[in-house]
Amino acid sequence: MAKKEETIEYVKNGKRVDGRKVDELRPLKMEVGVLPNADGSAYLEWGQNKVIVGVHGPKEALPKHKQNPYKGIVRYTYRMATFSVPDRKNPRPGRREVEISKVSGEALERALFLEKFPNCAIDVYVEILDSNAGTRVAALTAASLALADAGLPMRDLVCAVGVGKAGGEIILDLNKTEEDAPDAVDIPIAIMPREEEITLLQMDGLLTKEEWDKAVKLGIQGCKQINEMQKEALKKKYAQVENPKDKKETKVK
Amino acid sequence: MKMESVIWDLKTDRILSFMKEGKRVDGRKLDELRNISIEHDISENADGSAKVKLGETEVLAGVKMILGEPYPDNPDEGTISVGAELLPLANPEFEVGPPREGAIELARVVDRGIRESKAVDFKSLCITEGEKVWIAFIDTYVTNDDGNLFDAASIAALAAMNKAKFPKLEDGKIVKGEHGEKLKMSKQPLLSTFAKIGGKIVTDPTLAEEKAMDARFSCATTDDKTLCAFQKGGSGSFKASEIDECIETAFKNAKNVRKLV
Repeated sequence: MAKKEETIEYVKNGKRVDGRKVDELRPLKMEVGVLPNADGSAYLEWGQNKVIVGVHGPKEALPKHKQNPYKGIVRYTYRMATFSVPDRKNPRPGRREVEISKVSGEALERALFLEKFPNCAIDVYVEILDSNAGTRVAALTAASLALADAGLPMRDLVCAVGVGKAGGEIILDLNKTEEDAPDAVDIPIAIMPREEEITLLQMDGLLTKEEWDKAVKLGIQGCKQINEMQKEALKKKYAQVENPKDKKETKVK
Repeated sequence: MKMESVIWDLKTDRILSFMKEGKRVDGRKLDELRNISIEHDISENADGSAKVKLGETEVLAGVKMILGEPYPDNPDEGTISVGAELLPLANPEFEVGPPREGAIELARVVDRGIRESKAVDFKSLCITEGEKVWIAFIDTYVTNDDGNLFDAASIAALAAMNKAKFPKLEDGKIVKGEHGEKLKMSKQPLLSTFAKIGGKIVTDPTLAEEKAMDARFSCATTDDKTLCAFQKGGSGSFKASEIDECIETAFKNAKNVRKLV
């Protein structure tokens, strides 16, 4: 990367470039049931990242040769809007988006009772509207909410976070500046928190085993914080139903 | 239902019943690799090439160095690019056409292992800053799929790169058929892939074991203590302790493979 960045101190007096502590998340906002035409949906803001997710299904998997007579399939489509990155992104899906879609779909399968839906597909559509490092974990966190919002039975929510290294320090939820550090390591991780099952794990960059041990602990702890916020977001939707004052509609005759 | 899937179901049942006793159908230990054979320089036109057999899995890799322009944000660096082709002759399930998600994931994971290890100094690929750099295309072709294409492609790519030489340059143009210096590889990054089957972790899964697995984990190492890439795949999950088990085996196995490439 550019030479001037080598002078950055990524952690100084316990504070990071954006003032956060090493184990501190960027601000998050989550909302479910945002899309009227989807069976389930969620909108999530995470720092500068903005993502919207819609779920359709379970429905008959078409074309027919995609069907699995034993279990339903998850089709996850991660896409970035052309304006979501500093330079305009080519709208054609790139190799990165294809790979992220594959591993993210697989990361959700464990949470769903797919054996209940043979020959069916559950389609998850993700659109990144704005980005600043960590979009795949933001998308996955939102996708899990959208699945729950669709009323699908789930073993657990899937919550995800990025953890990694910048300037020799193991830190939670890297932003773009940290991700561009000369020694940066990026580890997106998703877990089902109840049993601490890891359903998504990727890594790139040079890391020792000891650093990994530290990173995985920090990642799981971060995921659990995210999970609490997910539960709040889901409860909030139903709290509105219970409290008619929040609703505009009048009573049905 | 298709005939092939019935056969895979039967094989899966057998693998799972073996796994209950901690055994594998082919008699290997859980953390044991299949036999590896490497043949270098299989293509005269390539700038470096290799054929790797990992058990019955066979992957070819070839390096082509071409001249290109650097990226504006890294004007003094060349780059590498890893491709993967799942040839239809390698597996009846592979189809002709542009790479699908399986091939894309394979290429990207092998690429990440090599790129992130920093084994190739991208600055050494620079010819004229801001104008001309080398781009090393490392393309892998799967010619027989008996599982664990990740490791086979990773070994093949590294073996081909270890033999790669820069084409000779004259007046800024490539002289065809003539070579100069060797491509310098400061590290030997290798992937090690594991499958979780019936709650147990096995190394270097065969195709039948991949059909039976719940989840897959790959881990790239550059030496005896440094990790450089991870990739989890498949619908199941891993506990952190299982990932640790994989990492430990990865260090051990990659050390032995490194002696061969």
